Amino acid sequence: MTPAAATRHPDTVADAVAHPEREQPYEQLGLKANEYADIREILGRRPTSGELAMYSVMWSEHCSYKSSKVHLRQFGDKKPETDTLLVGIGENAGVVDIGQGWAVTFKVESHNHPSYVEPYQGAATGIGGIVRDIISMGARPVAVMDPLRFGAADHPDTHRVLPGVVAGIGGYGNCLGLPNIGGEVVFDPCYQGNPLVNALCVGTMRHEDIHLASAKGIGNLVVLYGAKTGGDGIGGASILASETFDDGGPTKRPAVQVGDPFMEKLLIECTLEVLHAGLVEGIQDLGAAGISCATSELASNGDGGMHVVLDRVPLRDHTLTPEEILMSESQERMAAVVRPDRIDDFLAICRKWDVDAAIIGEVTDTGRLVIEWQGEVIVDVPPRTVAHDGPVYDRPYARPVWQDALQADGPTSLARPSTAGELRDTVLRLVASPNLASKTWVTAQYDRYVLGNTVLAQPEDAGVVRVDEESGLGVALATDCNGRFAKLDPYAGAQLALSEAYRNVAATGAAPLAVTNCLNFGSPEDPDVMWQFEQAVTGLADACLELGIPVTGGNVSFYNQTGDVAIHPTPVVGVLGVVDDVARRTPMGFSAPGDVVLLLGETRDELAGGEWAHVVHGHLGGLPPRVDLGAERSLARTLVAASRDGLVSAAHDVSDAGVSQVLVEMALRGAVGAAIDVPAGLDPFVFLLSESTARAVVTASPDRVAELEALAASHGVPTARIGEVTGGAELTVRGAYGADVVWSLAELRATAEATLPALFG
Amino acid sequence: MTSSPASSGTSPETDGAVAGMRIGVVTFPGSLDDRDAARAVRVAGGEAVALWHADTDLQRVDAVVLPGGFSYGDYLRCGAIARFAPIMEPLRDAARGGLPILGICNGFQVLCESHLLPGALVRNDHLHFICRDQRLRIESTATAWTSTYQQGEEIVIPLKNGEGGYVADEKTLDMLEAEGRVVARYLEVNPNGSRRDIAGIANERGNVVGLMPHPEHAVEALTGPTTDGLGFFTSILKGLVEA
Repeated sequence: MTPAAATRHPDTVADAVAHPEREQPYEQLGLKANEYADIREILGRRPTSGELAMYSVMWSEHCSYKSSKVHLRQFGDKKPETDTLLVGIGENAGVVDIGQGWAVTFKVESHNHPSYVEPYQGAATGIGGIVRDIISMGARPVAVMDPLRFGAADHPDTHRVLPGVVAGIGGYGNCLGLPNIGGEVVFDPCYQGNPLVNALCVGTMRHEDIHLASAKGIGNLVVLYGAKTGGDGIGGASILASETFDDGGPTKRPAVQVGDPFMEKLLIECTLEVLHAGLVEGIQDLGAAGISCATSELASNGDGGMHVVLDRVPLRDHTLTPEEILMSESQERMAAVVRPDRIDDFLAICRKWDVDAAIIGEVTDTGRLVIEWQGEVIVDVPPRTVAHDGPVYDRPYARPVWQDALQADGPTSLARPSTAGELRDTVLRLVASPNLASKTWVTAQYDRYVLGNTVLAQPEDAGVVRVDEESGLGVALATDCNGRFAKLDPYAGAQLALSEAYRNVAATGAAPLAVTNCLNFGSPEDPDVMWQFEQAVTGLADACLELGIPVTGGNVSFYNQTGDVAIHPTPVVGVLGVVDDVARRTPMGFSAPGDVVLLLGETRDELAGGEWAHVVHGHLGGLPPRVDLGAERSLARTLVAASRDGLVSAAHDVSDAGVSQVLVEMALRGAVGAAIDVPAGLDPFVFLLSESTARAVVTASPDRVAELEALAASHGVPTARIGEVTGGAELTVRGAYGADVVWSLAELRATAEATLPALFG
Repeated sequence: MTSSPASSGTSPETDGAVAGMRIGVVTFPGSLDDRDAARAVRVAGGEAVALWHADTDLQRVDAVVLPGGFSYGDYLRCGAIARFAPIMEPLRDAARGGLPILGICNGFQVLCESHLLPGALVRNDHLHFICRDQRLRIESTATAWTSTYQQGEEIVIPLKNGEGGYVADEKTLDMLEAEGRVVARYLEVNPNGSRRDIAGIANERGNVVGLMPHPEHAVEALTGPTTDGLGFFTSILKGLVEA
């Protein structure tokens, strides 16, 4: 077969100069008239169709952060004083020093829209993309996590989306050999047409192994390696192709990429081997915008020039046009800059791993990114204008007119249980609700054991992995966000997400160190949404500054809305903590009978936006629980010190559905019951269901409890002895409206474990 | 339950003779649990030797582990391509000569595809990948890999597979039972639809064992549900020392 593309004449730079009047489909490619005018201004002529392809993808919201940039700057401007950050925002992923010569890189990204269109491949390639971000920093990926949001659990479309997403995450992650150590599964009707599929990866490396994306050294070679380039993941390029050429050939390409985890596994091993052999000057993964992104970013970060011969790109579809090759988002590809005297060794390692590699260009001193195709120049641009100097918008934002009414509509008038029997039923109803029920149906489809360093995994508060087998040094990771809180107050909501993830990490005994985020919002062109975004970013930046933990990077996902109805603002926050010796980690389950159960922190009547109002009354209104970062920090210090000194046998953070859910989970996890007393002065319902922050339930042996109380007091953390681990098969709450409430563990377990299998088979 | 080894990965065994034993761990493209298998060998007190799929030299190892994973992506039948890897040729001969070989999960699939063990492993009956802490009963201690267990001992080790359903014709199943070659059986839950709850089998001689669950993930109290899997590795080392 004669490749169709070979017979076509590309739109060259010479053509662009000779035919400045040619109409170009910039609007179909998502560019605004002013942006197209900017491109013409930068180039001093109209762009070629190849250049237009590059600018359109690189200046897209997804790649350029054009609507969010002005706000995201706060993460840098308000960065706390810290010496833990080795590489900051702007690289593929931030890098944090965890001591003993070890560094950790971690990042979370969204793959929301593809996962709605094609749940399995969308979720699978989300994992693939974030893993390549981590390996391009020089780190070995050691674990993944997935914060997920779906529509109503009983909605038919959720039954299409959720099983596919879970199978995709499992199918790809399991095949890569990365343990899945946690995440979230949240249901809310607001996500019905916009499920959120966020993927987090964490990697480890020695300090000296950190690598950055830059093309330095005139004459160095640019190598594209990994999978061959195909027609998958091309968004607008087909428009260009059909505008430019009207003869046959496939034009409409699938917009969702297809993953090959086996190739990705080879790519991981091959990449780490070439990096550790010292064969690489600069490296970049190919994700969104493919070769356009990799070449322009490498050149922009390096010596400023690059010459690429596009014909050398290995293709699996020879009918692709040059524009399509530039835009293709085919998965499992990397680009490396390699010195000529090391290229043979580099290619030998690629051959060892059966990975295709092609030298597609070299670093130049021209300050231009020049791309040729069939001997003619089709791209000649200043790379920085593509990669970094895209448009920046300070979009209008305003507090929504409905915000005051929403906050005024608190849960005060909602009927509360007033007898022991009603309280018992309420707790059971919550235990069975999809957001609180056991997530084993999901997590059993993920390998949590591979690599042999998983110390804690879901349903524990945070995933904990061992980094150094000799010293026991390890890291803990948690992601959290309550979108309902963020809807009620996006500034507080982002801070509450951070507070919860911070608390979760500390509950395992890890000292919180750094933050990543995935900011999922509606359309930035809606001033209401933009206000939510501005508030959330400001809240998160302020809170990180106060807690002294820097944001190392993150991701923004806009346009999560159906029609003009946006999702709840969902700023998912990931916190990384460090544990000096993972043998000291604190698990969440009750263990030894006779242990004293204590509640740390202060309980107030705070139910707005909480699980009880949501599940029992379908109500959302009022103000979310009070943010108290000082109290969070004191609690975290207490939990970390208690873990280090061996004062606690278990700890669990109090959040969704309050203390009742915590007690149920601790009892089920340890398969041991407990007897709990309602503390004096607290209403039993408020004690069990309030979602006040900065609290944790812990257990301590009777001979250490006084020491624990003294420790908490030294940090100013209130403590209350609320009962003891009995060793029995029941969870009892005594003194609830004049009676005891008793649940058998068998009943609780059956209730918690029945929900998801009943829904999803 | 065996005692917990130190998290540093040092051996509970101090016997110098055990430390000299070399256990090869084969890495195919797509092998995932090769590091874990090597760690388990070390925790048990042996020396782990990395064997590469494209080599044909077994490096004078005393035994071999074929680890879990997705060799060659498992895009054909699981293990169907690994069977043709260069390393498999000397390995097949060595197996027939009595070299102890343990195939775990994907390794079990490779052993079946290589006809070193009878039967095959098919898609789980419930069609999902499943990862769970699985209770097993050791049905045979007459193999090279299970000699330190008690007959009928119950252990809990991780299981994680998408295609772990063991199938064979009735005659083969009857033969395996009659010859005491069912090495381990699932208890409480049959997690993948395996015939007669079979989790692992051995060849006639007992030197080649295939097991769907993962003993290499249960050798340290810190990272495993138990340390019950250690027995597979101490069995082989003990047997080699005594041989």
